[in-house]
Amino acid sequence: MSRKIMIVDPEKCTGCRTCELVCSVKHNGVSAPSLARIHIVKWDNEGFYIPMHCQHCKDAPCMAVCPNDAIYRDEEMDSVRIDHDLCIGCKMCVSACPFGAMGWNPKRGRVFKCDLCHGDPQCVRFCDIKAVDYVETSKLQNERMREAAENYAELVRRYAR
Amino acid sequence: MALNRKVAYIDLDKEEIRLEPIPMEWRRKFVGGRGLDAYLLYKNAPEGCDPLGPNNVAVISAGLLAGTLASASSRTHIAAKSPLTNLFGSANMGGFFAPEMRWAGIDHFIIRGKAHRPVYIYAHDGEIEIRDADGVWGAGVYDTQAIIRKELGDDETQILCIGQAGENLVRYASVMTGRKDAGARTGMGAVLGSKNLKAIACRGTMEIQISQPEEALEYNKAVIDQVISTKASQSMQRWGTNFMFGITNTTGLVRTRNFQYNQLPNSEGLEAENLDDYSIGMDACYGCQVHCRHRYVIKEGEYAGTYAQGPDFTSLGAFGTEVGCRSMNTVLVGNHLVNDYGIDTLEIGSMIAWAMELYEKSILTDKDTNGMKLEWGNDEAVIEMIKQVAFREGLGDILAEGPLPAAKKFGPDSMKYLIHVKGMSNLNTDERATPALALNVAVSSRGSDHLRGIPAIDLYNLPMDVLDSVYRSPDGYDGPLTNRFSEYEGKPRMVMWQELCYMAAESLGICKYHTVFLSPNHLTFEEFSKLIKLNTGLNFSEVDLWNCAHRSYTIERLFNLREGMTREDDMLSDRYFDEPTKLGLPVARGKSIDRDKFNAMVDQYYQLHEWSKAGIPTRELLKRLDISDLWSSENK
Repeated sequence: MSRKIMIVDPEKCTGCRTCELVCSVKHNGVSAPSLARIHIVKWDNEGFYIPMHCQHCKDAPCMAVCPNDAIYRDEEMDSVRIDHDLCIGCKMCVSACPFGAMGWNPKRGRVFKCDLCHGDPQCVRFCDIKAVDYVETSKLQNERMREAAENYAELVRRYAR
Repeated sequence: MALNRKVAYIDLDKEEIRLEPIPMEWRRKFVGGRGLDAYLLYKNAPEGCDPLGPNNVAVISAGLLAGTLASASSRTHIAAKSPLTNLFGSANMGGFFAPEMRWAGIDHFIIRGKAHRPVYIYAHDGEIEIRDADGVWGAGVYDTQAIIRKELGDDETQILCIGQAGENLVRYASVMTGRKDAGARTGMGAVLGSKNLKAIACRGTMEIQISQPEEALEYNKAVIDQVISTKASQSMQRWGTNFMFGITNTTGLVRTRNFQYNQLPNSEGLEAENLDDYSIGMDACYGCQVHCRHRYVIKEGEYAGTYAQGPDFTSLGAFGTEVGCRSMNTVLVGNHLVNDYGIDTLEIGSMIAWAMELYEKSILTDKDTNGMKLEWGNDEAVIEMIKQVAFREGLGDILAEGPLPAAKKFGPDSMKYLIHVKGMSNLNTDERATPALALNVAVSSRGSDHLRGIPAIDLYNLPMDVLDSVYRSPDGYDGPLTNRFSEYEGKPRMVMWQELCYMAAESLGICKYHTVFLSPNHLTFEEFSKLIKLNTGLNFSEVDLWNCAHRSYTIERLFNLREGMTREDDMLSDRYFDEPTKLGLPVARGKSIDRDKFNAMVDQYYQLHEWSKAGIPTRELLKRLDISDLWSSENK
C-alpha cells in the first residue's frame, strides 16, 4: 500500500499554472484549464497563490453522496477513484465536494477529478520548485521540521561549538 | 486545434465585429504572433496615418504556440504605428493574457476607429462584445483589472489594459496585463487611449488540441530541463534580470547620470541582494519555470505596504543609475508607479535623466520645474516626475510628448544631451565599449531598443566553437565572427541572427529568456521547429522558420521606409562617438564607438539582410520572400 500523498506549499507557488496545462494535456490531450484536475487559485491583488486539487479524503463526501457507489477508495494508491462504468452522471459529487475538486466535462458527459496519474502525478513532475509534491507520508514533515529547527541549529553553530 | 483560432476585426467607431479564419498561407509565410502582426499592420494601417488618429490600427495577438505545451508560451504582442517614433510600433508582454485569448478563440485582434465613449472589449468562448468602460476610465492598471473582473463576476478573466498615462496620451504609455507584464515600448498604450479603448478582457474554455500530446509532454519536459539547467536561468529564478546589475556596473556598461558616466560608484544599495528585504516570493508567467520576477511589498515612505511585482534590470537603471539614485526603495516605488499608471519604465527613466542633465546645464531652470530641484540623486524629484508625466502636469506635460517633441520645445542645445534612436530613448546600458550592442540599438526596427536583436552573450567572451554553433546555423553562414565584445568584426551577423531568433520566438509567443539571449544553451530554431510540429502538426524546418522571421523582419523595415525613415535614422547619438567613457574596468574605460567602423558595420548588416546600401530591401530579396506585392516601384 502506497504511503505517498499529494501536498501543496503555497509559499513556494509562483502561479505559473504549468500544473493545469500538463494535467489537461495528460488526461485529455488538450490545453484547457477548464478540464484540469488541479487549479491555482489566485489573489492577484495581494500576491498569493494556492494550488487546489482533490484531497483524496479518507471519509470522502463525494463517495458518501454517490447514489450508485461509483466512487471508491483505491487502497493501494491511497486515493479516491471514479468507476465510470457505474457513474450515472448525476453530478451529486460535484455539489458535495467541499474543495471544488470534482469537475464536469460537458463534452464527454462525465465527472472528472485527480487520479494521481496512477502514481506519477504530472503536476508534481513539472513543478520545478515543488509547490505541489507527492511525498512519502513518513517524510511528510521532515522539510518543515528542518526549516523550523534551523534557528536552533544556527544558535548551536554559533555558540555551542 | 491551435490552428482554428480567429482574427477579430473590430471597428470601434461603427461598433462592428467580424471574425475571420486565419488562412494557412499566412501561417506558412508569417507563422503568427509578432510575425503575422507585422504583415497585418502593414496591410491595415494606411500610409502616413496619424498614430493617435482613428485610422491607425492596433493589432494584438497571441503567438502560434501560446497556451500550448511549449514552455513559457505566454507572450502577447501588440503592434500599431507608434506615436513615439511615427514608425513601426511594437511591444511584447508575458503574463496570462495570450493563452486566455486563445481559450476564448481569438489569435489576433485588429482594432480600428475610435469609440464614441470609453469602452472595453470582452471576448469569451468565440463571442465578442463591446462594453461600457465608464466604471474604469480614470482608474490605474491594478484597479481596472479588479473592477472588470468584479463586473464580469469571474476572477479567472485575464485583462489587458491601459492606465491613466494611456488615457492621457503619454506617447510612451504602456499596455499592461497583470501587475507587471508590460507591453511598454513605442507607446502602444497611447494608441489604445486615443481609441477610447480602456481594456480587453478575455475568458475562455475552448480547448487547444495538442497534435501529439504524449510526445509534446515529454519534449516539453526536456525543453524545461534544458532551460533551467543553465546558470543564466538559475540566476533569473533567484534574482530576475537584476542579477546582471553588479557585473555590468562593475565592468562599466551602465548608463549613469543620463550619459555622463558608465558606472555608478557606491551603488551597493541597488544590488539584487537588496530585494530580499522586500520580496515575498517569486512570480511566473504562464507555463514558465524561470519565474524571473519578485512579488514585493514596499517598506518605506508614502507607498509603504503597497504590493507590486518586479523590478527588472531596466528599472534599476531608470530610477537608479540614470538619475543617480542609490535607493532600492525608490526603484521599487518607481517601478510600482509606472506599472499602475501604465508607462514605459525605460523611456520615462531616460526622459527624467535627460531633463536632469538639462537642469544641470541650466537649459532647464527652476522656472521650468516650478521650483523643484531636478538634481542627480533626488529621489523625491524622480517620483514626482513620474506622476507629472502620467497626469501631464507642469514639466511632465512636455516630457510626455517624447524625446524629439520635448527637445524642440527646450531648444537646440537640449538635443546634444538626448540619447535616442529614431525618437525613442536608449535603455540603461552604455554601449560605448560594446560595438555589437551599439549596432543593435541603432538598427532596431522599433527605434532604440535592446530587445530586437541584442547579442547579449557577446559580453561573455565565449569560446569560438560556442559562437560558431549558435551563429552559423541554420543557414550555414560562413563569414567572420569574433568573440571579444570590444571588436567590430563579425558583429553584424550576431545582431542580424538575434533579430531573426527573437522574431521567431515572438511569432511563436515564447519568451526571449528561453532563447539564446542570456545563455548560448537555450532554445533556437531547431527546438522551435520541433515544438511547432508536436503541438500543431505543422512542418516548419529550421530554415523555413529562419525565412519566415526574415520575411516578417523585412516587412517591419518596409513599414518604416514607407513612413519615411532612411539610413540616417539607423544612427546613434553623437555622444557615442565623441565622448569616451570615463569609468569601469580597462576593457570598458576610455571607450567610444569608432564612426567609420560603425558605418562599416551598418553596411555589412544591410548586406546580410540583403538590403541595399541605403537600407532598402532588394528586389531579389522581396521576390524570394514572396512579398514583392508589398513594395511597389513608386516607393523609393
